Amino acid sequence: MAEEYKLMKGNEAIAEAAIRAGTDGYFGYPITPQSEVMEYLTAAKPHETTGMIVLQAESEVASINMLYGGAGAGKKVMTSSSSPGISLMQEGISYIAGAELPCLIVNVQRGGPGLGTIQPGQADYFQATKGGGHGDYRLIVLAPASVQEMADFVSLSFDLAFKYRNPVMILSDGAIGQMMEKVKFKEQVPRMTEFPDWATTGKNPDRERNIITSLDLDPARHERFNLKLQRKYKEVQEKEVLFEEYMCDDAEYVLVAFGTSARICQKSVEMAREEGIKAGLFRPITLWPFPSKELESLTSHVKGMLSVEMNSGQMVEDVRLAVHDNIKVGHYGRMGGIIPAPDEIVEALKKQIIGD
Amino acid sequence: MAENVLNKEMIKPENLVYTKTKVLTDNVMHYCPGCGHSTTHRVIAEVVEELGIQSEVLGVAPVGCSVFMYNYMDFDMQEAAHGRAPAVATGIKRLWPDKYVFSYQGDGDLAAIGTAETIHACNRGENIVMFFINNGIYGMTGGQMAPTTLEGMKSSTTPYGRDWMQMGHPLKITELVASLPGTYYVTRQAVHTPAYVRKLKRAVRKAFEYQPKKKGVSFIEVVSNCNSGWKMTPVQSIKWLDENMLDFYPLGDIKVPED
Repeated sequence: MAEEYKLMKGNEAIAEAAIRAGTDGYFGYPITPQSEVMEYLTAAKPHETTGMIVLQAESEVASINMLYGGAGAGKKVMTSSSSPGISLMQEGISYIAGAELPCLIVNVQRGGPGLGTIQPGQADYFQATKGGGHGDYRLIVLAPASVQEMADFVSLSFDLAFKYRNPVMILSDGAIGQMMEKVKFKEQVPRMTEFPDWATTGKNPDRERNIITSLDLDPARHERFNLKLQRKYKEVQEKEVLFEEYMCDDAEYVLVAFGTSARICQKSVEMAREEGIKAGLFRPITLWPFPSKELESLTSHVKGMLSVEMNSGQMVEDVRLAVHDNIKVGHYGRMGGIIPAPDEIVEALKKQIIGD
Repeated sequence: MAENVLNKEMIKPENLVYTKTKVLTDNVMHYCPGCGHSTTHRVIAEVVEELGIQSEVLGVAPVGCSVFMYNYMDFDMQEAAHGRAPAVATGIKRLWPDKYVFSYQGDGDLAAIGTAETIHACNRGENIVMFFINNGIYGMTGGQMAPTTLEGMKSSTTPYGRDWMQMGHPLKITELVASLPGTYYVTRQAVHTPAYVRKLKRAVRKAFEYQPKKKGVSFIEVVSNCNSGWKMTPVQSIKWLDENMLDFYPLGDIKVPED
């Protein structure tokens, strides 16, 4: 029987979806605007139903390292935080990537830098897509634009994380985390009963011991390991790109935006169309791997693109790299927790891209 | 030739008084001759074998000299970031509550960069064993001051001796965690004489035996030497340890289970 829609905050949807996805453990630390995730989980008492563990750690540093331990031991584990907390986790995320462990990290972004603001922002694009911590590594980064996607991307993230033995980040923001929308959940998935053969689950007599580490002091061997990582990332780039187009088929001008910005841009496209401007919206769903080829293919008929972001211009660099210098590319951004209005974006498109 | 004949005569099962535990791998240890890490590793491995828990034990190695502990122990291990072993062990134990989980850390790892993880794992009463090797110095990075460095003790960053006015006091973190209700068994041991090694082994055995009771952290400090970092011969360093370290870090049980 199909389940009813529920009205929920994005943060609550992530939490409910985590229980339904058969998550084994959640480790977190309170920070606005995402504290509802852990509040929902502790209230739901999943330990009594699915057996999922929920633990409030002493810091984001501790929570990401609890993730490392749990993921290394073969379990489905996740955390959630917001921008300053994600910064604190970067060391641990690098270790997780270096040890090739699957896990889910949710970043419900707020404005920065520093303590910044508790209002929504998208200024962690660089941090999420270019590595974030030390060393050559990549996260798979998914950008939800609705409460429904907050829920859907949890199980998708775990699938990708285990498929590639790689940490996955859901890069959301305070607007999607806090707003309420209707959402439909998937059926409950049982927790895993079989575990990856590389995990530290106890050395049985019939196998060698398993070691989870990111350390190798032999330069040649360590370079080979890095090359293996790069091959993995290349495969992810070839196979896992996700994006959405809105009225791009006949578009002469395209707005490029993710998450909250993309929702607003959809309205901007409609407003522009009413004025006779053939506008479209291209929404990357995977920010890494970035849909470069798909964006480039639009340049056959698109004259210009405007990257709309709640930051000073981060994704626009990837847009420029994708389309080379074939067409005009601009950026329109708001910061400080300000969400752009649809008409501002249309004005920016006219001023920066369409011209006189 | 005569030596070989003698050896062959001696090597018989009835003459066997000691054999290396199978829970240690055959990898050659990288520790300096005279270092307490290798003995402590052996003791842990022997206890794991004697308790028959090789397939049930999951260890967490630190950053520091014992970063390669996983090369020597023949059971599943994870290598943690600097200071984070108690958090990593917490993640493992919460998700595998019936396994035997331990963390193993030096003084810089456990009592400086990882103080928060140490205190909070102990305060939550995680059902793990925490090993704390205290040699009063950062060994791997070349002998810098640790939180446990004694007053007046020389290190590469306190070349004129630790001055508490500048560098604070040596930290007795073991007494500190003993004051938390989440710790069940807290003891301070040593490995520089055979008698101390035997006592340590009894403590390690107790700590692992307590774990299924789920009563909280068993915390074992091992006061050890670092002859390289202390710029001494192994024999000198053992003498120095005996004469200087044990006054400030007295050996024995600090917290004994009441039930």
